[in-house]
Amino acid sequence: MNATMKLLVGAALGLGLLGGCTSAKSGDSHVAAPVAQGAPAVPAAVPARPIATATAPSISGERQIIHALSRLTYGARPGDVERVRAMGVSAWIDRQLRPRTIDDSATDQALVELTTLRMPISEALREFPRPDPKLRAKIANGEMSRQEMQALYPMDKRPARIATELQAAKVVRAVTSERQLEELMVDFWFNHFNVFAGKGDVRWYVSAYEREAIRPFAMGKFPDLVRATAYHPAMLFYLDNWLSARPDFVVPAGPNRGRKGGLNENYARELMELHTLGVDGGYTQKDVTEVARAFTGWTIERPQTDGHFIFRPGMHDGGEKIVLGQRIPAGGGRDDGERVIQILTRHPATARFVATKLVRRFVSDTPPPALVSRVAGTYTSTGGDISAMLRTIFESPEFFSEDAYRAKIKKPFEFVASAVRALGGTTDATGGMALARASAEIGEPLYQAQPPTGYADRGAVWVNAGALLARMNFALGLASGRYPHVSVALPALVAGADPSSPSAVLDRLLASIVADQPGPETRAVLTAQLSEPQITRLSPDDRGPANTDVAKLAALVIGSPEFQRR
Amino acid sequence: MITRRTFVKAGGCALVAYAGAPRFLLRAAHAAEASGKVLVAIFQRGAVDGLSMVTPYGDSGYTGVRPSIGLQPPRRGESERAADLDGFFAFHPSLAPLVPLWANRSLAVVHACGSPDTTRSHFDAQDYMESGTPGVKSTPDGWLARAVGARPAKSTPFRAVAIGPALPRTLQGDVGAISMQSLDRFDVRGGSDGTVRAGFESLYEQGVHDLLHGTGRETFDAVKMLRSARASRIPPANGAEYPRVPLGEALRQIAQLIKANVGLEVAFADMQGWDTHVGQGAERGQLALRFRDFGAALAAFSQDLGDRMSDVVVLTMSEFGRTVAENGNRGTDHGHATAMLVLGGGVRGGRVYGRWPGLDRHQLFEGRDLAVTTDFRNLFSEIATRHLGVPAAPIFPGFKPTQQLGILA
Repeated sequence: MNATMKLLVGAALGLGLLGGCTSAKSGDSHVAAPVAQGAPAVPAAVPARPIATATAPSISGERQIIHALSRLTYGARPGDVERVRAMGVSAWIDRQLRPRTIDDSATDQALVELTTLRMPISEALREFPRPDPKLRAKIANGEMSRQEMQALYPMDKRPARIATELQAAKVVRAVTSERQLEELMVDFWFNHFNVFAGKGDVRWYVSAYEREAIRPFAMGKFPDLVRATAYHPAMLFYLDNWLSARPDFVVPAGPNRGRKGGLNENYARELMELHTLGVDGGYTQKDVTEVARAFTGWTIERPQTDGHFIFRPGMHDGGEKIVLGQRIPAGGGRDDGERVIQILTRHPATARFVATKLVRRFVSDTPPPALVSRVAGTYTSTGGDISAMLRTIFESPEFFSEDAYRAKIKKPFEFVASAVRALGGTTDATGGMALARASAEIGEPLYQAQPPTGYADRGAVWVNAGALLARMNFALGLASGRYPHVSVALPALVAGADPSSPSAVLDRLLASIVADQPGPETRAVLTAQLSEPQITRLSPDDRGPANTDVAKLAALVIGSPEFQRR
Repeated sequence: MITRRTFVKAGGCALVAYAGAPRFLLRAAHAAEASGKVLVAIFQRGAVDGLSMVTPYGDSGYTGVRPSIGLQPPRRGESERAADLDGFFAFHPSLAPLVPLWANRSLAVVHACGSPDTTRSHFDAQDYMESGTPGVKSTPDGWLARAVGARPAKSTPFRAVAIGPALPRTLQGDVGAISMQSLDRFDVRGGSDGTVRAGFESLYEQGVHDLLHGTGRETFDAVKMLRSARASRIPPANGAEYPRVPLGEALRQIAQLIKANVGLEVAFADMQGWDTHVGQGAERGQLALRFRDFGAALAAFSQDLGDRMSDVVVLTMSEFGRTVAENGNRGTDHGHATAMLVLGGGVRGGRVYGRWPGLDRHQLFEGRDLAVTTDFRNLFSEIATRHLGVPAAPIFPGFKPTQQLGILA
């Protein structure tokens, strides 16, 4: 450990956040980050204390709680700050890193009605048959009206329902789940290994993809994610690998019998560029071709009835491959792909690429290089353990620094979920669908990113005129209760504040929605709003607890610049 | 190098040339002074197969390498086949709506156009084409933003507009470009009185100047201007019918902004779905459907704007082209050069620009792709200088134009 490392460890210790101590006691299998190893044992109860470093002044106390909540969850709910304070920030973070220890039965209950979430692919294919092309023809030539088509082929029998229910589930989980960090990571890894729910057979596979290839490994080992996605029919279809075959391949049987096949580079390229090495990871066009050859024969068994992985030796290119200078001998068969995954996931460029993306998500749009290096080091020493990398981030001085505090701009889905949570809201599956549409209007339709890059994780991409207006309009609609099946708890938010004193109501709203001090300008503007008769409703009937139009005030706070940040 | 002064001189010549022109052209010239030039950039994201868009049927290297997705050569009177342009190139049959624009010489093609950078990554290649700096990732802003920034300042928030959910890379910069999904939803809706809008406006008016506040301020300026211009109420003119697809909607609204005279200088729209690795199709099929929407949207835009097209140049682009030979799945993989279209009143159309590198194996880039003979910056900078009147050097740093295409009159 060099001097810099010691300093950094010291800083992490000073923050009282060496969660490794706690997890060691709990006996989970997590591998401690190398930064933590060899550091003197310090009781977890060491109080948080700001560390003055030349580059990154730290935040402390209440702001640490607010910061951790804003980065590890889809936004604080009323009472969350108090709960974290009672538990201690480091213990709370540690708990979030071990989601299996958190009871989440209420969320499971809320998802019961979404039956496609649990459907195996083969059953989804049976339940939601693709439209009969003859029906379309009949509509086109006027033999059948759209109403008749609706009756014959109702919406809830169409494959689109699978993605709709998945969207609803994502919203319900983001709003309701107690395993907030895990939900963030499911979103993060789905986006990293993006598939587009609208491409062909992915319609039927997308829900199983998240359930089988992403969720089980979201806090696990990165190479497992690469492997699970590589084998999954959703990825095989989305990036066309299911069709990739040795150059002289001729389909031996079935409807395409006699058709010539050949190499398809799509998956091979994105596997290296987007999933593992990164675009600057040092691979060449030759490597792309070689990796594509290695994955020939990785395909889908009867995509429209079974839809599971199968290796077809007949499609496979059995020759020798050289990938990134490493020789994969001829005759490896299915193991060629396994070998490529091993080469790629052990490559230092992958450690660096994954570390950069994680640091960007949790710390800053401009990831501090020193932290990226340490997280990459954790990747290498733990075999890509995701929890360990996250721990390295959460224990770093960069995470609890002034530079990072409120530095990230919420992406549209994060904004929508955080608004519902801030207002103490709840939603059922139907409400989830409405909220998913809201996320789309603000620029992030869920599971609908067409390119393999997924959605960007930089504020500049999401801040623009149309999207800002959409955020304000959503704030208005949500606070006024215009989203069916989504309820917000405004009266509870301002409970105890004198309704005839608008400034007391405003203080309560600001305290609970933006938690920390809003900018003085924001407070001044909102205070000025209080003199508007439409806001301070001097209603003649004086019914209810509010003379102040709490909904409008809450909408202004949700739509304010402060609330766009996390 | 073309300086601003030489451009002004050229502009003067153009006005003299107008003296003998028909009345509608004179009217158009007058309108141009009032409203200014507009550049509309359209990005075909996913890498369009330029060899299917503008097919080089006259090249013997074309036949044979695409057994299931190659286009049949044009034949007079057969509209199911590609439409001949010049005896060597032909439009894909689904681009039939563009043929009249080719015939009246307002539409030109630049073929074998692309990036000097050889990446086959969609993301990087799009980034380079949008920043205007191939091979350099650190460029903070986009070339379209720099082009607008190099023009004299105007007090309208609508100088640069993208139709879509996000501001594209090419319009990021300090010109305050706006992006919107739809004109008629571009307002604070709900709250019948104006208090909530006013409240939001003051929230973004006050405070530190950061990305959020800056964008917020521009947003409310734009909302007010759009309300008074009633742009979203302007119907398509001249019987134009836009296809009901995102690009059609985008171009319809860009035309509304132009006709509403809100001071638009640069507009941007994109279209997805060009990454045809599998089952690309030939005269019919997946790619043909994309071309149908693409061509119909461009043609409707031109028809809608009518005379006003004399102020407008539409430039299409795509990050790279696709492999010359079809792959194992009746599709094409990532390639190198592609074709770009330039449409507008001032375009010397009816011609395919750029040196044709040939499709014989030894002529291909890395033995597989159409070679680039026109650096996209040659085309873009010519349009920036000749149409928008800005010097090329700061827009495309480090680039010296190597050829004059002469594509704009």
